[in-house]
Amino acid sequence: MTVSAELDSESWFHRNQQRIAPWLFLAPGLLFFLFYVIIPVFQSFNLSLYEWDGLGAAEYVGFRNYEDLYWEFSDRDAFYISLKNNLIWLLLYLAAIPAGLFIALFLNQTVKGIRLYKSLFFFPFVISQVVVGLVFTWFYDPTFGLLNEFLGLFGMGPLNVLGDERFVTYGIIFAGLWPQTAYCMILYLTGLNAVDPEQIEAGRLDGAKGFRMLWHIILPQLRPATFIAFVVTIIGALRSFDLISIMTQGGPFGSSRVLAYYMFEVALSEYGFRMGYGAAIAVILFLIMLCFIAYFLWSMYREERRH
Amino acid sequence: MFPKPIEKQPRAAQITYQAMLPLALLLWLGPLLAVALFSVKPEADFTNANYWGMPSSFEGAFNYGQVFFNSDMPRYLLNSFFITVPTVIGAVALSCMTGFALGIYKFKSNLWIFFMFVAGNFVPFQILMVPVRDLTLELGLYNTKTGLVLFHIAFQTGFCTLFMRNFIRALPFELIEAARVEGISEWRIFWYVVLPLMKPAIAALSVLIFTFIWNDYFWAVVLTQGAESQPVTAGITSFNAQFRAAYQLMSAGSIVAALPPVAMFFLMQKHFIAGLTLGAVK
Amino acid sequence: MHSMFKRTAMALVASVALTAPVAAELTGELRIFLDTSNPAPRATMEAMIERFQQQHPDLEIETTVIDREAYKTQIRNFLTADTPDVANWYAANRMKPYVDAGLFEDVSDLWAEAEISDNLGSTKGALTIDGKQWGVPYTYYQWGVYYRKDIFDELGLSEPTTWKEELANCQKIIDSGRTCYTIGTKFLWTAGGWFDYLNMRTNGFDFHQQLANGEISWEDDRVKQTFANWKQLIDMGAFIDNHQTYSWQEALPFMVKGDAAAYLMGNFAVAPLREAGLSDDQLDFYQFVAINPDVELAEDAPTDTFHIPANALNKEAARAFLRFVVSADEQTEINNGSNLGQLPVNAQSSVDADKFLQQGFNMLSSNSPGGIAQFWDRDAPAEMAKVSMEGFQEFMVKPDNADKILAKLERARTRIYDQ
Repeated sequence: MTVSAELDSESWFHRNQQRIAPWLFLAPGLLFFLFYVIIPVFQSFNLSLYEWDGLGAAEYVGFRNYEDLYWEFSDRDAFYISLKNNLIWLLLYLAAIPAGLFIALFLNQTVKGIRLYKSLFFFPFVISQVVVGLVFTWFYDPTFGLLNEFLGLFGMGPLNVLGDERFVTYGIIFAGLWPQTAYCMILYLTGLNAVDPEQIEAGRLDGAKGFRMLWHIILPQLRPATFIAFVVTIIGALRSFDLISIMTQGGPFGSSRVLAYYMFEVALSEYGFRMGYGAAIAVILFLIMLCFIAYFLWSMYREERRH
Repeated sequence: MFPKPIEKQPRAAQITYQAMLPLALLLWLGPLLAVALFSVKPEADFTNANYWGMPSSFEGAFNYGQVFFNSDMPRYLLNSFFITVPTVIGAVALSCMTGFALGIYKFKSNLWIFFMFVAGNFVPFQILMVPVRDLTLELGLYNTKTGLVLFHIAFQTGFCTLFMRNFIRALPFELIEAARVEGISEWRIFWYVVLPLMKPAIAALSVLIFTFIWNDYFWAVVLTQGAESQPVTAGITSFNAQFRAAYQLMSAGSIVAALPPVAMFFLMQKHFIAGLTLGAVK
Repeated sequence: MHSMFKRTAMALVASVALTAPVAAELTGELRIFLDTSNPAPRATMEAMIERFQQQHPDLEIETTVIDREAYKTQIRNFLTADTPDVANWYAANRMKPYVDAGLFEDVSDLWAEAEISDNLGSTKGALTIDGKQWGVPYTYYQWGVYYRKDIFDELGLSEPTTWKEELANCQKIIDSGRTCYTIGTKFLWTAGGWFDYLNMRTNGFDFHQQLANGEISWEDDRVKQTFANWKQLIDMGAFIDNHQTYSWQEALPFMVKGDAAAYLMGNFAVAPLREAGLSDDQLDFYQFVAINPDVELAEDAPTDTFHIPANALNKEAARAFLRFVVSADEQTEINNGSNLGQLPVNAQSSVDADKFLQQGFNMLSSNSPGGIAQFWDRDAPAEMAKVSMEGFQEFMVKPDNADKILAKLERARTRIYDQ
């Protein structure tokens, strides 16, 4: 009796194995991901409707946090500055893509020792952003920074990049471009490796050279690399937190804030006790990111359909 | 090959190129070399404003000795190690399974689940910050390496699943078909047929995740405090506070903090680049 | 028989209770969190805890020292989870969020004990919220102007006492190719110190506290007068350039090298200045000058404190530790010149013979009739402190933006105190 039941259940499992198996394989990863990533997104949406100092009880305030954000925006206060800086980050960070392509073209040779050169050029990407931030803080230092030594050679400067609200964001972005360019470079180096030599020959026969060749023949073949470079650069730009935290803490007088840093500042920093408000900022940042996420997913979806 | 191989160019161009390579590299790594120079200088050089000249004496041993024997740095390094390695193992293990499930089986919600992983991977950290911190507090894991590891595993599963699933998709499906015909159970197919083929992907992903997690700063700040659990990225700010304005020590500390992922990169370069550029080529 | 046993037992209990402060064997674990991450205070605290340990050998004491800046954000985490039994912090409004949230233990019982109530009266106000006390002080220190006496002598200057003298002195220093003051405002609070003094000297202690409590508009003419006074110094070039990129420690070398003549700071600046090579012949102290003769002098003297988190597990040992910290002998010891180099909170303790501590002690006890403030970021609520200090920093870089900055602070005030 029991034996036959066991046989039955086993054969049921056996019969449905292909239906059940994927869920068993998915379960641990999916559960983890749901608990730590997906559900918290919704919790943050909910929290943004509350006022909460992170210590006592939370109080429901409806959309007041968003209203406050609106006023901050129209008064050109911290939220406005963060949003504006985020935009600058998004635009200028994209410079990593052509810069990476340029270095990749420069290094795409087969001379002796080129492998080591490629590795050393890639090197900044492996270093933590914290260290990159420290390195560039010293690079910009108004008393002894390498930058001012360099400017001094041309009789210029001294420039206090991180202390001047006009330059500070650009200075930090420049620091961020260093590892990001290295990343894009390695993507393009790999891409260039796989460029079809026959097409290049065909192009040469047609008289294409230099920039025309690059634009009409090489770049179209580098599309996958460009797409990935675009994705990681956008994500990197919107995630800019480490560098700002290390280099300026949002200063001087709050002029280098971005949403990611401002959110942390109001919610968890020394003088910040506004969890709900922070959540509202995070929601805005999320919605901006969502535009890009939707675009990426849509591209991936088209790709999937083609296969 | 594009651009045109330099060997086929005139001799002058070849020499110019060879000369430009080291120059460009010097310029590119300039800020970092400066820090390396700082880290072997004696303190006196900084008080005497000898920032960029030759070190008046070579104090590398002393400065690095201070970092290793007179600060919490070794502890931070060890913490980083105990956070990074379990995360790599956990995230790779979970994503081998999720990647297998999404890459091999055809079921209705397959693509949706896959997209959920991908989208989650792109989410800004800040929207997770408060809830994840609360969750960690509730689990009693705040300020523990375990708390940090659990979150990292969960979050990295998104990226790893994307990676693994695409890798498995490219494997020859006939192998699995053949195994099924022979009546081999799904678990055994995963273990004996697919997993061995995934070795390169596992290697690539491990090196990548190692670097990502080692370099994480944000979550270290949000979920840990103090030397008993903080990784080196967060520890270095405490270290710098301890030696504020002692540039030679802060430089040495930074170099030490940056070293492990750099070593990892140079040792596993092939896998690293393979992982990073997956999808960059058709 | 029965009652006799009872009586003996009670006597026994009573005798144990009487000797309790000395003989009670504290057991279990005592976890202490500290923010004293700089080398000297760290060593002082560790030595003090070691002495406490010797008195209570069965107690398992675990000390965690967290970076001073990081501590300020982490305190809210460890008060709710992974809670220590003792943690240090700051007095006045700075502890209010945690008191309001019920995360600090009410220690009014300690303050009722004769040993404490008789000797710690002067700081009681700073530890009191809603009529209860929420911790004990362990040190306080004066603020004021630390200056290079050798430079003053070289230029024939004497310690100023009025605003006019101050400006005249400063002009001479500038004419000699130096700046009057070094300062590093990267972490903002140093600018808060300047605001404290300028505003307290221009408008008095009570006005200053009302402003901190949100009762006065930032666009009030009296506030504008404070900023106008400040602007005089900024416009003449009294402060070092690029101060917004330096921490307070990074601003020290300017004074050490003689590029700047003075530093408005807390007494904790003395130790690193001495360490950097300035002798006591080169270094001296004076009280911030009077500006408006109609207001009484008032000083900043921040009090650092110890608290018991409400979630602490070993509150008995924690209370014993707090008693130990404020005891006259410990106060003398930890605050002496070779340790914290600050002022003891216990009236029975002796102040170190160090010239800065003596001057500070005399100033605070006899020449600060207006009152004693904690410090801007401890007197004002956290959010207002943050916004306003950012404004002060901006003002120090761009003094012409004063009206714009004050308007922004006023907007912040209406929002922050309204809630």
